[in-house]
Amino acid sequence: MLSFDLEFRRAGFVLQARAEFGAGATGIFGPSGCGKSTLLSLVAGLLRPQRGVLVLDRTTLVDVERRVFVPAWHRHVALVFQDGQLFPHMTVRANLLYGHDRRSPSDRRLQLSQVVELLELGPLLDRRPAQLSGGERQRVALGRALLYSPRLMLLDEPLASLDERLKQQILPFLRRVKDESGIPMLYVSHVAAEVEFIADRVLRMERGRIVGIT
Amino acid sequence: MLSPAEWDALGLSARVAAWATAASLPFGVWIGWLLARRDFRGKFVLETLVQLPMVVPPVVPGYLLLWLLGPGGALGGWLESRLGLSVAFSWKGAVIASAVMAFPLLVQPVRVAFRLIDARLEHAAWTLGASPWNAFRTVALPLAMPGVLAGAVLCFSRSLGEFGATMAFVGNIPGETRTLPLAIYSFMHVPGGEAAAARLVALSLVLALAALAGSHWLTRRAERRLGYLDADVRHGA
Repeated sequence: MLSFDLEFRRAGFVLQARAEFGAGATGIFGPSGCGKSTLLSLVAGLLRPQRGVLVLDRTTLVDVERRVFVPAWHRHVALVFQDGQLFPHMTVRANLLYGHDRRSPSDRRLQLSQVVELLELGPLLDRRPAQLSGGERQRVALGRALLYSPRLMLLDEPLASLDERLKQQILPFLRRVKDESGIPMLYVSHVAAEVEFIADRVLRMERGRIVGIT
Repeated sequence: MLSPAEWDALGLSARVAAWATAASLPFGVWIGWLLARRDFRGKFVLETLVQLPMVVPPVVPGYLLLWLLGPGGALGGWLESRLGLSVAFSWKGAVIASAVMAFPLLVQPVRVAFRLIDARLEHAAWTLGASPWNAFRTVALPLAMPGVLAGAVLCFSRSLGEFGATMAFVGNIPGETRTLPLAIYSFMHVPGGEAAAARLVALSLVLALAALAGSHWLTRRAERRLGYLDADVRHGA
């Protein structure tokens, strides 16, 4: 379960968001510039809020008043970027295992072979990111996040850089990841149909605030 | 082919350049990263300080080094009495002079290399459990390697050729501080030294060309290994 009450300010922009939700996939939907990605960065630990509290499964990750701030690399929250951000100097295999190798064996819930099968990555393992198509890259990025066995997966417009045909190819994979891994997800998109296809509930954001939940 | 004095100068130059490069490399990488990635108070001052040796007459840093690290200098006296270390008029001083003069040439390519790497790659590494240091080591540094190599080669070459600061700081002592350029200068002023000077000039040219070719080759190789030259990778795979 994730609950937060955060305030973040940056030149000309204020984000004030409060919400609480449980397992499954939660969509965050809103126009670009409304603060969706900022919210994800706050949850991931890449940004520090000026005020507020963030709690994941009874672990306090942020409590500004009590000076608690768990850094990104200790949160076990994986972030899938819009353009994948695969490490270009590593093979697909090394990319997939990057987070996996940094998780203690007792905390690993998935093995390489399972993820390779789930996302159909077998033929790609020895390639470099430069040799992959956009859709393949996003599948590897998803696999890399999954293999970290995160407590929460954050997806920041993971399909935005793909054309319609590729989107239709990836969506079922996303659905599969959600259904088979049981890892809670925060899914950010400015496309309503995409969010509705994946998410169990949808938060609507506008100008730095959460304006509704459906 | 070369006289003992010429060999001395060549050997000394190589030793000084190697030490200067090795000693400044960690700082160069750190400062280059800092300038590319961080915004902080005094950044402009640091930038200016790093670039300064490139724009002042080389004799000026030499003079300042002597003032600071010389026998009567503020830091020099302390080094001498506390550590028994004397750098003025020794080859160690030549290393310091070379390192200072070559530093801008090391930092510049390193800085550009880090700037070209998307910072979000490191953020991605953080969110996969890598500490900033670990992410730096496994993601940013390998990706910046072509720039680091280019900087190191430039630093080495510049150190081989260092003249003004060395002359001012540690003098022109045969076998101790008389590096290749100082030996050329000295031979030019000795009657009958023209042939030796010409030989060393030719040698300097060969060394410089070899360094540039080496740098080019190293950078290409590093880039190919990183998959930067997409076409080559595709054809190779």
